[in-house]
Amino acid sequence: MSTLIKNILRFILFIGIQVFILNQIPPLHQFIVPYLYFLFILWLPFNLPRFPLLLIAFAFGLSLDYFTGTMGLHAAPCVLIAYVKPFLLNLLIPQETTEQSYIEPSLSSMGWAPYSLYVALLTFIHHFYLVLLEWLQFGDFVYFLGKVTATTGISLLLIFVTEMLFSRNAKFRTNQ
Amino acid sequence: MKNIFLFIRQYFNLISFLLLQVLSILLLTSASKTHETFFAGATNEITGKINSRYSNLRSYFSLQETNRLLALENSALRNALPANFQIPDSSFINAKDSSLTDSLGRARKYTYLPAKVIGNTYTLQNNYLILERGSLQGIKKGMSVIGPSGIVGVVVESTDNISKVMSLLHRNSKVSAMLKKDNAAGSIEWDGTDPHYLILKNVSKSSKINKGDSVVTSNYSANFPSNLLIGKVASIIADPSSNFYTLKVRTTTNFFTIQYVDVIGNSRYNEQLNLENSGKNQ
Repeated sequence: MSTLIKNILRFILFIGIQVFILNQIPPLHQFIVPYLYFLFILWLPFNLPRFPLLLIAFAFGLSLDYFTGTMGLHAAPCVLIAYVKPFLLNLLIPQETTEQSYIEPSLSSMGWAPYSLYVALLTFIHHFYLVLLEWLQFGDFVYFLGKVTATTGISLLLIFVTEMLFSRNAKFRTNQ
Repeated sequence: MKNIFLFIRQYFNLISFLLLQVLSILLLTSASKTHETFFAGATNEITGKINSRYSNLRSYFSLQETNRLLALENSALRNALPANFQIPDSSFINAKDSSLTDSLGRARKYTYLPAKVIGNTYTLQNNYLILERGSLQGIKKGMSVIGPSGIVGVVVESTDNISKVMSLLHRNSKVSAMLKKDNAAGSIEWDGTDPHYLILKNVSKSSKINKGDSVVTSNYSANFPSNLLIGKVASIIADPSSNFYTLKVRTTTNFFTIQYVDVIGNSRYNEQLNLENSGKNQ
């Protein structure tokens, strides 16, 4: 399957899972909201230019917003992590070898430690900004701290489970 | 001039990032109203279609609960039928061919329109419901929405066939309410912690409150008819420094399984609202 088709399918699948499954789970607590959808952005290919990356992230966040009725609330953090992603990848991995020989970030293409750090940092940034935007509208500081911590924890757990369930074997880039 | 282009080219990514951020924030605060309504009008229909397919599928799983609620509501309505009461003897019947007034000359104030819920969130801080009934079918902004067992929310936006309802589980939701037993008024809000519980504020400490007291909509609301059930008092949040009670109210509406609702239109809504707001300009 080509990278383009694969990513279009992922786009639909991640939105569907977030809207129709994760958002339907009765909440355990105010602070715990299961977010998984932004994993789509973390899995986008290495060689995607930065401007299309930003646009894709914006469209992705906005399409979730249309379902939840909160215009722009998810689009803003998505654009932020899409902007930070290339910088972080440059810092974390040796560019020469990995980016030229693999298609997308994964456990096997980047290695355990750099990939976990990559996922953890972007998840934290995403939730920090998302909850900050909510906090600006209502809530107090305890709400902000508690929700960022709890939601980041739940998201990391979900991402970990996803990686275990669907182990993507790292594909080498070919000439096609 | 050349330098400007060079600058834009060099910082193209940063600039586009900032632009997209600003656009998101604008959408969020809906500072640009026209922009939002334009976007919302175009795609509410699309997401509405997807939502209605999905809710069709899901509705099979809660048929039992829906049936039980409808049966309960039916028996409540049967009990209210005029045939159950002894009617005073009248020598002739005054027939009048108009839907807006009944035989006693009373004007109809509230109309009830049934609607199906095709989208519903309750895990976020600002929750909305999507109904499959829009402005072509008589839905207007500001109408109130009730379920079989209690009130649900207020219509905030409607396109041709779909409308969006601000649920009671919304941080900006505010409904005028009162205690059923002594009509002490207050206002119902949500603190975002638990979708089962709402907060009733500003009830005067002169009224005696027990757990389990019914909370209903008050006479002061422009969109809700009075005496519709909201919930039961679950606990009293102690606040010795204030002259008002803050009460935790368990909702009678189950927001997790809601399937069918009634949308209530008040024929004098605009009149009342205009009068209420007219004082503010003076």
